[in-house]
Order: sequence, then structure tokens, then C-alpha cells
Amino acid sequence: MAVPASVSTMVTARRSALQQTRADNRTLTKLTIGPSPWVRAGALAALVVLAGLWLLPLAWGAVTSFKHEAEAALPASWWPSQGWTLDAYRQVLGHSELLGWMWNSLVVAALVTALTVLISAMAAFAFSQTLFKGRGLLQFLTLASIMMPGQILIVPLFKQMQAMGLVDSVAGIVLPQVVAPVMVFILKRFFDAVPGELLDAARIDGAGTWRMFWTIVVPLSRSILVAVAIFVFIGAWNNFLWPFIVTTDPQFMTLPVGLSTVKNAYGVQYAQNMASAMIAALPLLVVFMLFQRRIVQGVATTGMGGQ
Amino acid sequence: MTASSTSLSAPVTRLPGRATGSRTRTGAAAARRPLRERDRSGYLFVAPFAVATGLFLLWPTIYGLWMSLTDQSLTATESSFIGFDNYVEAFGDPQVWTTLWHTVWFTVLSTVPLVIVALVMALLVHTGLPGQWVWRMAFFAPFLLTSAVVASLSSWLFQPDIGLLDTWLANLGLGPVGWLTDENVAMFSIALVTVWWTVGFNFLLYLAALQGIPQQQYEAATIDGAGGWRRLFAITVPQLKTITGVIVVLQLLASMKVFDQIYLLTAGGPNGSTRPILEYVYDMGFTNYRLGYASAISYVFFALILVFTLVRLLPTKKEA
Repeated sequence: MAVPASVSTMVTARRSALQQTRADNRTLTKLTIGPSPWVRAGALAALVVLAGLWLLPLAWGAVTSFKHEAEAALPASWWPSQGWTLDAYRQVLGHSELLGWMWNSLVVAALVTALTVLISAMAAFAFSQTLFKGRGLLQFLTLASIMMPGQILIVPLFKQMQAMGLVDSVAGIVLPQVVAPVMVFILKRFFDAVPGELLDAARIDGAGTWRMFWTIVVPLSRSILVAVAIFVFIGAWNNFLWPFIVTTDPQFMTLPVGLSTVKNAYGVQYAQNMASAMIAALPLLVVFMLFQRRIVQGVATTGMGGQ
Repeated sequence: MTASSTSLSAPVTRLPGRATGSRTRTGAAAARRPLRERDRSGYLFVAPFAVATGLFLLWPTIYGLWMSLTDQSLTATESSFIGFDNYVEAFGDPQVWTTLWHTVWFTVLSTVPLVIVALVMALLVHTGLPGQWVWRMAFFAPFLLTSAVVASLSSWLFQPDIGLLDTWLANLGLGPVGWLTDENVAMFSIALVTVWWTVGFNFLLYLAALQGIPQQQYEAATIDGAGGWRRLFAITVPQLKTITGVIVVLQLLASMKVFDQIYLLTAGGPNGSTRPILEYVYDMGFTNYRLGYASAISYVFFALILVFTLVRLLPTKKEA
């Protein structure tokens, strides 16, 4: 009995939230562009045109990817006369290293995200909630290092990786990417807002610093941690320059790097090129559709310090 | 940089913790005092981050500076100290100036539309018209693509004769355009691709800022009889001044580091007409094997970025 009841409450809650959003949007429309149907139609038309333009390259790529290779190179048509086909996908998945590169990208992005969030959160906690000698100096150094663009370091970093024997290795791709001083400061700002009374209470109960971090600060900051994680993940998944520099063996390439080498090898096979592009684009697009709200919020909260 | 953007970003951060910030900050400060006895734990918490920063940021920075004073090569194991010879060479190398100019030109070409188009998109979406989910998805989706996919999709659109753009132009009776092959056009094409690819990010920043504008202001203006345009220019636009400043600076810094899309679309061509300075660093270091010289060029570039960053820090400090 209890289960259907709770489900129905959830459905009702969801529906009322949706109705609330719709009502909010209607109010917003009234407040921003007013009641004139002409102005509304104009704004809507502008949105449709812009959105159409923005989706065009993806749509055209998708159409091409479902064409027969022979027809893909013929003058552009949105509806192939020889019908649709999955040939390009079969070729790409069967005869290339695409899936392997995707797996590498997933491993790299997951490791970068986990390590970056963990070490940045720990450092932010130390800067925010503990006192130790040299804290000010370390904070200043961290702040200063934000100004150092990683792209400048490709040459010395590559030499260093060579010396450490990390060229063509997962560690070599991942480790230089986990340093994100900006994230430390974004997190510190949120950790500063954790109520001191909670930490005091925990301390009285005999909790150590690690437990305070892990059982109070982390759970309270879940939303910002998720936002930072999403941001770092997108960045790591899409990063081109560093993985491109540090990998030469196709076996270790991430998706962006691997794809860029395929382009040269199959330069004229448009349908296959587009099929690879679609497969490579799919994971993050699906993730975005599933977590749109969180991602939009994540970009808004962490984006200011990022990029 | 972060110090200033922290204060500037207040209106767009809407997470629960912020609302109570002023009250709890004093609480957190009070909570720190008893922690004094546990000084050591702070070191332990900073340690992993500090070690990673030291190894992969600080050390390469110092090592690179040293490399720039040597004639180090990618192939040879031995190198010798040559003082400032690399820097002298860099300042006299016309390619350094040309590629630096390409970088600046690209930055201007991309930043202006990346701010304006993002603003227009955000204003349109912020009207609350139906289809919110679709608009957000359409404008932000390209940002989720990796540069290699962006390059595949756009070079297919730009394909001579059989590409979609040339086909459309032919239907209008216009001749084919050398999107990526004409020296006078290529940089514009790359800027166009970049706007399509990354505008969604600025769009979301603008949208968040717009959502932070109190609705009462609009209500009051409506009661006072202000029309839609009046409300746009009297309420919305002035409230976006701060966020616009932040977006412009972030965009300038991002555009100056351009490499991926240019390298993948034109490889700096045709005739080196689109090669940015970062690609020159890459070419020098990894194609010509001159690591010492490549480092020197990176540092010249870094000095420019640093000057730019510091100069923009000065006025905002005063404002805050």
C-alpha cells in the first residue's frame, strides 16, 4: 500500500513542480517582453532560427553518417536516394580503434575527476577550516598558480614525463591534469560557509579532522562538489593538447587524439568520418540530457573561475 | 584574478550555502581557534594538492625557464647553457611576431561575437518562452563536443564544392568560397566555428546572471508603465555590466590560448596564415626538436598573458 502511495506523491510533486515552472516562465514572459503577441512571435522565431543554426552541423553530420559512402560525397542532399544505412557505423566500430580510445577517455576522465575533486577538496578544507604555519603563503602560491596557463608548460612537462618514463601511459596523461588551483578556491568559498557550530559539536564528540571533513563538510557541500566534478569531467574528456603531446602509441590515445589521427588516414570517407564523430559526441550529449539541470548549474557556479 | 571574480560572481552563485554566508562565516572563524592545537592535520590535507602542484606546475615552470636558457633539443641528450640567446632570437624572429598577431587577431574576431551572441541567446531564452529545454540544449550542445569532433563536423560543412555551405551558395548562384583554403577567409571560418562551438558556455553564464535579477524590479517598472524595450535597456542591460566584464576577460584569456581547432582544421595554413603562437611553440619543440627555443617563445607569450592579467586586476581591486 505504502509504495503506490509514495509513488503517487512523487508523481504529484513532480507534476506540481512542472506546473510551477510553467507558471514562472509565463510570469517571466510577461515581465520581460510583455503581452504583445507580435513581440512574442518575433522572439520565438529568433529562437527557432538560432537553435536551428546551432543544431545544423550536428544534424548534417548525423544525416551524412547514415548514408552510403558512395552517396555521401555527392552534392548535398538531406534525403539520400539510395536509402539509409548503418554501413558507416559497422565499418567504424568493426575496423577502428574507436571503442578502445573511448575506453581510454573514460578511464582518463574518471581518474582525473576523482583525483582532482579529492585533492582540491582536501586542500580547500585545510585552507578554510584549519590553521597551520605557512597557510597564508600556500594560499598565496595557489592563487598565483591560477595565472599559469598549462599550455605554456607543454615543452618542459613533456621532457619531465620522458625523464619519469610516463610518456604513453595513463599516469602520464592523467597526473598533469589533476592540478586545478581554481577549483580549490571555488570549493574553499563554499566550505567557508559550513556552520562552525557543527564542527564544534563534532569536535566535542571527539571527531578527528578527517572525520569532520568526511562526515560533515563533504556531505554538506555535495552540490558544489558535483558541480566541480562535472566541470572537471567535461574538461578532461574533451582535453586535446596534453594527451596529444604525451601519447604517440595509438593504444594509449584518448578519443580526441585518436580521432584526429583517423581524419588523416580516411580523409575521403565522409560517412565514416561522420559516424565516428557521432559516436564520439554521443556520451557527453546523453549525459547532458540526463543531468541538464545540474550541468547548467555547475557551469554557472564553477564557470566563473574555470576556463 | 579569482579574488576579484569571487566577489563579482556573487549574483550567479545560487547554492544553498551562499544565502547564509555572512552569518556562518563568523561561525567558521570562531571554529578555527580550537583547531590551532591540531596544526599538523592542515598540512596533511594540503599535502596531496601541494605535491601535485609542485611536481606538475611549479617544477615544469622552473625547468622550462632553465630550458629556455639552453640549446636543448628533443633528440640530443646533452645541452649547454647559452644565456639569453633564445630570447634574442625570438624577438628577432618574424614568425614569432606573425603568429602572435594571428593569435591577437583570432582573439578579437572570436571574443566580440562570443559575447554578443551569448547575450542575445540568453536574453531570448530568459523571456521564458516555451521550449526552454530545447533552447538550452541547442545552444550548449556544441560545447560538449571535443575539438576533434568539432573539426570533423565543420570541415565537412566547409568541404569545397560538395560541402553543405558551398552547395547552398551554388543554389544562390554564388561561387564557391575557400573556407579553409583561402588565406583571406580561413581565420574568419575558424572564428565562426569557435563561436558555434563555445558560445554555449558564455550563454549559460549570462543566463544565470539574468536569473539573479530580482523580479520586483520588472514588476515596479511595469506598474510605472515601462514597455518591453524600456525594461530591457533600463533594468536588464545595466544589471549585466559586471558579468559582461567577467565574461569578456575569461573569453580573452581563453581565446589567446587557441590551438586545437586551428591545428585540426588548417594546421596553421593556408601558407601559415592562421598559425597561432601556441602552434609555433609546438612546431618548434616537437617538429623542429628545438625545445630550448620553443620554451623561450612560450615564456615570451606567458609574459604577455601575465601583464594582461595583472593590468586587469588593478582596476577591479579598486572597485571592490
